[in-house]
Amino acid sequence: MTAPSNPTHLVTSANLADADGFYEALLAAHKGLNEAQSAALNARLVLILANHVGDNAVLAQAIHLARESGKAPV
Amino acid sequence: MAYAYHPYDYVTPPGLSAPELRHPVVIVGAGPIGLALALELANHGVRSVVVDDNNVVSVGSRAICWSKRSLEILDRIGIGEKCVEKGVTWKVGRTFHGDREVFAFDLLPEDGHKMPAFVNLQQYYVEEYLVEAALANAHVDLRFKNRVTAICQTGNSAVLSIETPDGAYQLEAAYVVACDGARSPLRTLMGLEFAGELFEERFLIADIEMKADFPTERRFWFEPTFHPGQSALLHKQPDDIYRIDLQLGWDADPEAEKQPERVIPRIEKVVGHRDFRLDWVSIYTFQCRRLERFVHDRVIFCGDSAHVVSPFGARGGNGGLQDVDALGWRLAAVIDGRAGADLLGAYDRERCHAADENIANSTRSTRFMTPADGAERMFRDQVLALSAHTDFARPMVNSGRLSRPCVYPLADAPDDPRLPVASRPGCVAPDAPTGNGWLTERLGRDPVLLVIGTDVPDVSGCRVVALADNPAIRARYLGAATGAVYLIRPDQVIAARWVAPDPLSVAQARDALWRGLA
Repeated sequence: MTAPSNPTHLVTSANLADADGFYEALLAAHKGLNEAQSAALNARLVLILANHVGDNAVLAQAIHLARESGKAPV
Repeated sequence: MAYAYHPYDYVTPPGLSAPELRHPVVIVGAGPIGLALALELANHGVRSVVVDDNNVVSVGSRAICWSKRSLEILDRIGIGEKCVEKGVTWKVGRTFHGDREVFAFDLLPEDGHKMPAFVNLQQYYVEEYLVEAALANAHVDLRFKNRVTAICQTGNSAVLSIETPDGAYQLEAAYVVACDGARSPLRTLMGLEFAGELFEERFLIADIEMKADFPTERRFWFEPTFHPGQSALLHKQPDDIYRIDLQLGWDADPEAEKQPERVIPRIEKVVGHRDFRLDWVSIYTFQCRRLERFVHDRVIFCGDSAHVVSPFGARGGNGGLQDVDALGWRLAAVIDGRAGADLLGAYDRERCHAADENIANSTRSTRFMTPADGAERMFRDQVLALSAHTDFARPMVNSGRLSRPCVYPLADAPDDPRLPVASRPGCVAPDAPTGNGWLTERLGRDPVLLVIGTDVPDVSGCRVVALADNPAIRARYLGAATGAVYLIRPDQVIAARWVAPDPLSVAQARDALWRGLA
């Protein structure tokens, strides 16, 4: 795996050493929560991760990708 | 104690018996902005007539938070020290969620400034001081109970139709400045669009008189236990008056909520007792709007007539005084022929930019305080929840971003990266102690070449202020350099700066200033 050449560029290639492990931990965090509690947890998680990224340009690309990828495929 | 209102005398204007000569400037509206502009123009030697449909100062405290920049501007027109003396000085703001403090800010963490970060003072006092100064100034002709009923523009004049208790007359002026407030009758008479956004939220605003020892801080609560699910704001004013703002929700009935039997129990929950006197109550909604342009040939809009914001950043009155700052010297220069009318384009450009900045800040604060159902409320609530546990979420908590002077974009201005960021071109010149006084007292009225630790460049048309360096001057004007030259506009904004100036570059920057390019 190569490090991103431009630090203000959103990493969209696979970047997690243990993707399955992360996914499992994410589901576990939501276990036992109702829909509203899950939504609130996701909101906090977004805010925490955004602060960790700490770069508005990267975050703007992430927001764009999240919004575009929610659309129905053409 | 309650403020004692004294109506000012109406005097029959000369225009009722014989046509008046064309005036250089007529200002419509004797509120803080109109009066400050008249006094600022007088400082530049320009006469003006100020007309107002009323004859008393503001009813209710209205604008109460005056920023450091406003105090510097008021100081230039002679009432700044009086405002500080009478007002309540504060610089710390605290934000609470429920009963827990989540965030505190200090607006002026450094010493060495003549004016404090903020002073709370009821608008009626500021207007009273301004009226006194205007009545004592031979360059200001202040006319109460003179109401504008019509306006028309000819090639090089604007003509106002005025109604008085004794009849109607006309006033012709080279320039009319509309300082007639958020509901500007002149804007309506001219049919100008006031585009923007209304926020669907109602707030109760109440001034109460009580003896209390609340610290002199701004306090803001999200979802306090004394006012569940809503927000609240507390400010201390002089005369034992406290300002309380309570969010009520869009469904609140504005007439019913104004009644003392409804207001008093709400206030009782905030202060914990009933030992207070209700001084003034109002219900308001928020709007963020602005005119597309502030200069319309011979009619110029200034203050709330040009732009309105929500009150939580104290950006209304303070923004208006910064309009006065940007307009006064330029209008004076156009009136006395030192500059062409193009110079007013720089007022329009700079203050539209500032209005957009104020509106953006105000809109963000309003969204945070009054989130729409769904994602807006979700993120707002989770920011507040996180702020109890981590530092990073605290700066996201937005209870109003308090007014700071706009840094004008002067991209082409000569600059030197070795000099401090705080005094880059476009910034208001930071104050500093100099000898027995203050730097701000030595700036204003005319372009200044501020020279520190280097030779005075041989350039005409600027007043030279040579400074000995001291720690504040070094930190704010020199940084790593041993000397510097600053060109400072009559509104105390830095137009250009050099470490080793070449006289030609200084002369070019001076000329750019009068052409509206800096």
